[in-house]
Amino acid sequence: MHDIIVVGGGPAGMTAAIYARRASRSVLVLEAVACGGQILNTPDIENYPIEAHVSGYDFTTRVEAQARGLGAEFAFEKAVGLRRGGDAWVVETNKGGHRAKAVILATGAANRKLGLPDEDRLVGRGVSYCATCDGNFYRNKTVAVVGGGNTALEDALYLADLAEKVYLIHRRDGFRGEETNVARLRERPNVEFVLNATVSRLVAEKRLTAVEVTDVRDGSVRTIELRGLFVAVGRIPENQNFSSVIALDAAGYAIAGEDCHTAAPGVFVAGDNRVKPLRQLVTATADGAMAATEAVKFINEL
Amino acid sequence: MLAVTKETFESEVLKSDKPVLADFNAGWCGPCKAMKPVLEELAAATPGVKFVSIDIDDQDELSDDYDVASIPCLVLFKGGEEVKRHVGLTSRDDIVALISE
Ligand SMILES: Cc1cc2nc3c(=O)[nH]c(=O)nc-3n(C[C@H](O)[C@H](O)[C@H](O)COP(=O)(O)OP(=O)(O)OC[C@H]3O[C@@H](n4cnc5c(N)ncnc54)[C@H](O)[C@@H]3O)c2cc1C
Repeated sequence: MHDIIVVGGGPAGMTAAIYARRASRSVLVLEAVACGGQILNTPDIENYPIEAHVSGYDFTTRVEAQARGLGAEFAFEKAVGLRRGGDAWVVETNKGGHRAKAVILATGAANRKLGLPDEDRLVGRGVSYCATCDGNFYRNKTVAVVGGGNTALEDALYLADLAEKVYLIHRRDGFRGEETNVARLRERPNVEFVLNATVSRLVAEKRLTAVEVTDVRDGSVRTIELRGLFVAVGRIPENQNFSSVIALDAAGYAIAGEDCHTAAPGVFVAGDNRVKPLRQLVTATADGAMAATEAVKFINEL
Repeated sequence: MLAVTKETFESEVLKSDKPVLADFNAGWCGPCKAMKPVLEELAAATPGVKFVSIDIDDQDELSDDYDVASIPCLVLFKGGEEVKRHVGLTSRDDIVALISE
């Protein structure tokens, strides 16, 4: 049995492991895919205090080396459940189970999908969730962005510099994102707003060739031919597998304050999967430190 | 891992007598770099499969030919045909499953 199991090897989870090891507690990090988390997708971090520019890959490999150097153990397993087993917590995974005195859930968030048929098959063949990652494949092509928040607006601005034409599809009249971004988009001759409309069908053979959009007011359908569809309709926190133990808000975020405590004694949450107003590296790592410190305190009082 | 170009693609991939796992990647792609050590380890441990690397920035014709529009993108070839692909950051277990096809 470990003292602490951390679920998720992103910035929050790896920071929790560093703090737990510094307190001489044994710690096992369970990571479903590969360490690093969302930040792997950015070639340039410019707002984490210490360096003006660092790539997401360099950032996470250095944090991982730091955690491993302090003696944190890692296992590449996906956590599928959490339950009480005797006097410990049991984290169930796709390969079995692990026991610990305390558990820190640092599972972050994933891209929200449109939920349309064929969407999964077309990822990398016309459907994308990351404009800065995949935009280069659409130089001088026609693309669309779906969404109404700042991510969608920034994606559309980014793509307007590369693509021949950018449609911005949003289900309402107005945008949740900043007005300055909307104004900038209105000045771009190659950006067309498709408002009060939702994407209702992906048209594809081997790859995406068009989308059908349905007008939410009168139900009329329009087909837009394009090469790429960039989906920016928000993120989903990865808390579903633990919802029998921790309380979630309507959007699925784990309800916990700055001390990262959940209602279940010995279970803590850290990072982008927690209710909070700012989801960035600096707040994810802060949560990791806090959750580990509270977990150590919890174990000391057992 | 052997780097493949448009010039060597036919001989190294399409005409290979072994199945080939082609890793479409780029230097600026963090998830690609995160997968590299795993691919290198599996390449050494799996003599029955040839692992090759394709830099999409230099080889845009190859990525166009194979409709690669997001990286990392792993494509498994057998007898000159694509049999399977996996797009996005992929776990070691899923790569093993892909090459066990
Ligand atoms: C394109 C992009 C650019 C960004 N740029 C910046 C920036 O410049 N500056 C900044 O401060 N922030 C930036 N962010 C935000 C930042 O990446 C996140 O706030 C941060 O990564 C959150 O860390 P986390 O550890 O909470 O979650 P994540 O990074 O999401 O990591 C969670 C980890 O948990 C794993 N996991 C999930 N479920 C399970 C499970 N059931 N079992 C096991 N493992 C699991 C995942 O595989 C993942 O590795 C950016 C985000 C994106 C997408």
